[in-house]
Amino acid sequence: MGEQNSPNSTGAADRDLTSLTAAQLAAGLTAGEYSSTEVTRAHLDRIEATEAQIGSFITVTPDAALAAAADVDRRRAAGEELHPYAGVPVALKDLVVTQGIRTTAGSKILEDWVPPYDATVYAKIRAAGLPVLGKTNLDEFAMGSTTEHSAFHVTRNPWDTDTVPGGSSGGAASAAAAFQAPLSVGTDTGGSVRQPAAFTGTVGVKPTYGSVSRYGIIAMASSLDQVGPIGRTVADAAALHQLMAGHDPHDSTSLREPVPDFLAAAAAGTREGSLKGRRLGVVKQIMSDGCASGVAAAFDRVLALAEAAGAEIVEVDMPSLSYALDAYYLLMPSEVSSNLARYDGMRFGLRVEPETGPVTAETVMAATRAAGFGSEIKRRILLGTYALSAGYYDAYYGSAQKVRTLVQRDFAAAFEQADVLVSPTAATTALPFGEEESGDPMALYVGDSSTIPANLAGIPGMSLPAGLAEGMPVGFQLLAPAREDARLYEVGAAVEALVSADRGGPVWQSAPTQYSSEAAAATATNA
Amino acid sequence: MKYQDAVAKYDPVLGIEVHVELGTATKMFDAAPNTFGGGPNENTTPASLGLPGALPSVNGKAVEYAVRIGLALGCEIAESCRFARKNYFYPDVPKNFQTSQYDEPIAFDGQIDVELEDGTIVPVQIERAHMEEDAGKNTHVGGAAGRIHGAEHSLVDYNRAGVPLVEIVTRPIEGAGERAPEVAAAYVRTLRDIFRALDVSEARMEQGNVRADINVSLRESPDAPLGTRTETKNVNSFRSIERAVRFEVARQADVLDAGEAVVQETRHFHEDTGGTSPGRPKSDADDYRYFPEPDLVPVAPPREWVEEIRAALPELPAARRRRLLGEWGIGELEMRDIINAGLLDQVEATVAAGAGPDAARKWWMGEIARLAKQSEVSPEALATPEAVAELQQLVEAGKLNDKLARKVLAGVAEGRGMPAEVMAADGLEIVQDDGALEAAVEAALADNPDVVEKIRGGKMQAIGALMGPIMKATRGQADAGKARELILAKING
Repeated sequence: MGEQNSPNSTGAADRDLTSLTAAQLAAGLTAGEYSSTEVTRAHLDRIEATEAQIGSFITVTPDAALAAAADVDRRRAAGEELHPYAGVPVALKDLVVTQGIRTTAGSKILEDWVPPYDATVYAKIRAAGLPVLGKTNLDEFAMGSTTEHSAFHVTRNPWDTDTVPGGSSGGAASAAAAFQAPLSVGTDTGGSVRQPAAFTGTVGVKPTYGSVSRYGIIAMASSLDQVGPIGRTVADAAALHQLMAGHDPHDSTSLREPVPDFLAAAAAGTREGSLKGRRLGVVKQIMSDGCASGVAAAFDRVLALAEAAGAEIVEVDMPSLSYALDAYYLLMPSEVSSNLARYDGMRFGLRVEPETGPVTAETVMAATRAAGFGSEIKRRILLGTYALSAGYYDAYYGSAQKVRTLVQRDFAAAFEQADVLVSPTAATTALPFGEEESGDPMALYVGDSSTIPANLAGIPGMSLPAGLAEGMPVGFQLLAPAREDARLYEVGAAVEALVSADRGGPVWQSAPTQYSSEAAAATATNA
Repeated sequence: MKYQDAVAKYDPVLGIEVHVELGTATKMFDAAPNTFGGGPNENTTPASLGLPGALPSVNGKAVEYAVRIGLALGCEIAESCRFARKNYFYPDVPKNFQTSQYDEPIAFDGQIDVELEDGTIVPVQIERAHMEEDAGKNTHVGGAAGRIHGAEHSLVDYNRAGVPLVEIVTRPIEGAGERAPEVAAAYVRTLRDIFRALDVSEARMEQGNVRADINVSLRESPDAPLGTRTETKNVNSFRSIERAVRFEVARQADVLDAGEAVVQETRHFHEDTGGTSPGRPKSDADDYRYFPEPDLVPVAPPREWVEEIRAALPELPAARRRRLLGEWGIGELEMRDIINAGLLDQVEATVAAGAGPDAARKWWMGEIARLAKQSEVSPEALATPEAVAELQQLVEAGKLNDKLARKVLAGVAEGRGMPAEVMAADGLEIVQDDGALEAAVEAALADNPDVVEKIRGGKMQAIGALMGPIMKATRGQADAGKARELILAKING
């Protein structure tokens, strides 16, 4: 692994570039300690060495990544002014539209789709000079929380390859946790960045709705979707968020305000005493009671550390959260049913003709969708179609919108009492494969109950490691008021420092770097 | 049943939905050019093709045009309104939903006066005007007459997909009686004229810029509840609108007379037969699963902006007609003739250029219209209002008589310049030179001694017999009055 074959480069051979954070890499690149080509190649080598065991990627793009790296190196050598993170590689969830690079959304229906345009996020990343290593695995169209619903292959949790990495941004999270990429771009509709971050011991952020442009992000549920950064540290997530954020005329729901300085906020959080007087609100409805004991213990430990550091722990009551999950599972599928209508075999993607009977537009659409969509997609399209139907709209979609308003009001009231709200990100650590297939879908849906309220309310949320439970990472969730993403980075960095000091090092450094060959064989079989 | 019998027995009620394509530079929700024609699928972007990940953004100019239309129709303008998705699968709808407005239209509760041929005014209530995007266009290949049935395959052109539309929906139009066909056509014509006056659309029916869906229902009497309606889609000329209404009234009367129920459905109009045929059944259960478009924020036209638009509205056709009637002092009938000939702009501009209203009307409706008909071009292609005003000025200055002026006009119509130039070039100015006229008069007197005797004997009408030779000698350019004076002076002198 790494740069064993580059003995001539100064310093690079002596250390493993993949073990560095994005901030360290950015500093090293700026200082000329190594080139972006070396950094990028190190990550590509790491991908090659570990991908069979982990399966983070649907598509790896070594040529494009190395070309981008070479371009940054050339520009740096020419003395051009570069973005501070220029040359630091990044992985993109395969829901981000990339011109000339196939974009699948984890679905057979887009298996061979090569987009003719760029997502705004991708355009920004390229403009800043971050080489893109590839497109990461996800649950089909981001629907799922294990990445088992990818139409291509499963992704394994680097902490224990017999467990899932979470989802839907499972590939993005596992890439960061397995040192395949220092940074990853995910998307979060009901927890799809935060929950995999929790399962993989990484930091994942769902920004305020509208903070990052959704233009070119394949839509799941438009009013809930938000692009979010994943990194191994709070500062790295802040840097990627900073780079991606800002108003986009192509996305009318994107915020018009100037982007706050998230990196400065993260830096402020690491200062001594930054938690002093900060009110951390524990939400009664998403308390640690229902959690696995190891998760509850890790969460309580962080609360104790924060309190010891001067934070005030308050309990807040948000009665509407009892209905949030139900509202989400009406609104989300409703939007899904409409957003996914365009996959019909007429203009792009899979096209399947009916095996029998007349070949008409209608029968081709039906055959294409029957063959191209997985069962979870079909389930949600059916649910959403039903919820929007005449005669049911008021009872379902209409009521759900009312709950959404109540959730927003409850958050507004809660943030009167607390600066940030805290909870475990997920009730358990990473689950073994196949767990969800055994039970009914509702049981799995319930797993998102601590992350979903933030999407309903449009507020920012972060998951960062609280520690380990039986060797597996536990996620600590922070929520802040809309447009107060900077507060998450500040408090998050403070908590991260407390946990690190408590454990004698950051959680991500405890992640295994070698994976069993047994798992590799299992992955091959599953794929 | 004959139409006359049908309307004698039943009371027809109309409801009309008019779609107008706005003449904005770009489409409703993306930056693709909004132009007619172009190669297939050239005027598209990821958004107008509905590609994965593409998002809409609202065209501000289209909102302005919609507000203009709403105000011109006497509507309230919503303080805030939303777009909604109308979900249905069809290949010409790239996203398989149309972005439209549902429960929150941008304009609502209006009324306009529609004037019929004989001057009768019919008020029409406007329920709403809302913004939406057009669909693409399907071409069916291999079947008969381009129909989908029997076609081998179909092609889709998305150039039109996303073109901004405003849909204007009336409340039921009651009390039209036997004049329902005329009312329907006059309403759409009135809207067409308003769109043009507002400069929001070229409003060309033949290009499909303005399309009308005509709802017709019958009831036993004006007191009875509304009957079941049919909706005849995409009727694209005024004549077709009249024919479609006539046909539907007669057809529905037959159905009702047979004791059957009218089926609520969409119907297609056929230009060749003048009839309609059933399309797909449409009922209130037709379920488009409307819900608010989550990709767009609400449109909230600021009140001051709406008032600015209101203040800048051009004079609308009805108001203009009333004003010109007063200014010109002409009759309603004459005004309607001008309007029906499509020459109001020309006549008004000619008056503005200095001609009297009667003269301006006479030239445009008379000689220019005749020349235009002859050469099968539009009148405005033959002469400018300035040229007509100059022509009239030359007549009034005594430099041209009516006959000469028509000759000059023909020259103008041929593109040979302004009237004064043509007159000079062809030497058509009335001869005022006494020498030439005197010579012609003397020659005529000498050649016609018998006529001279008659005049001497008091038969003044005999003068006319001398005018022919005089005009001939002067190539028609003699001032007839002056020639008469000279004749009398010579005979009596």
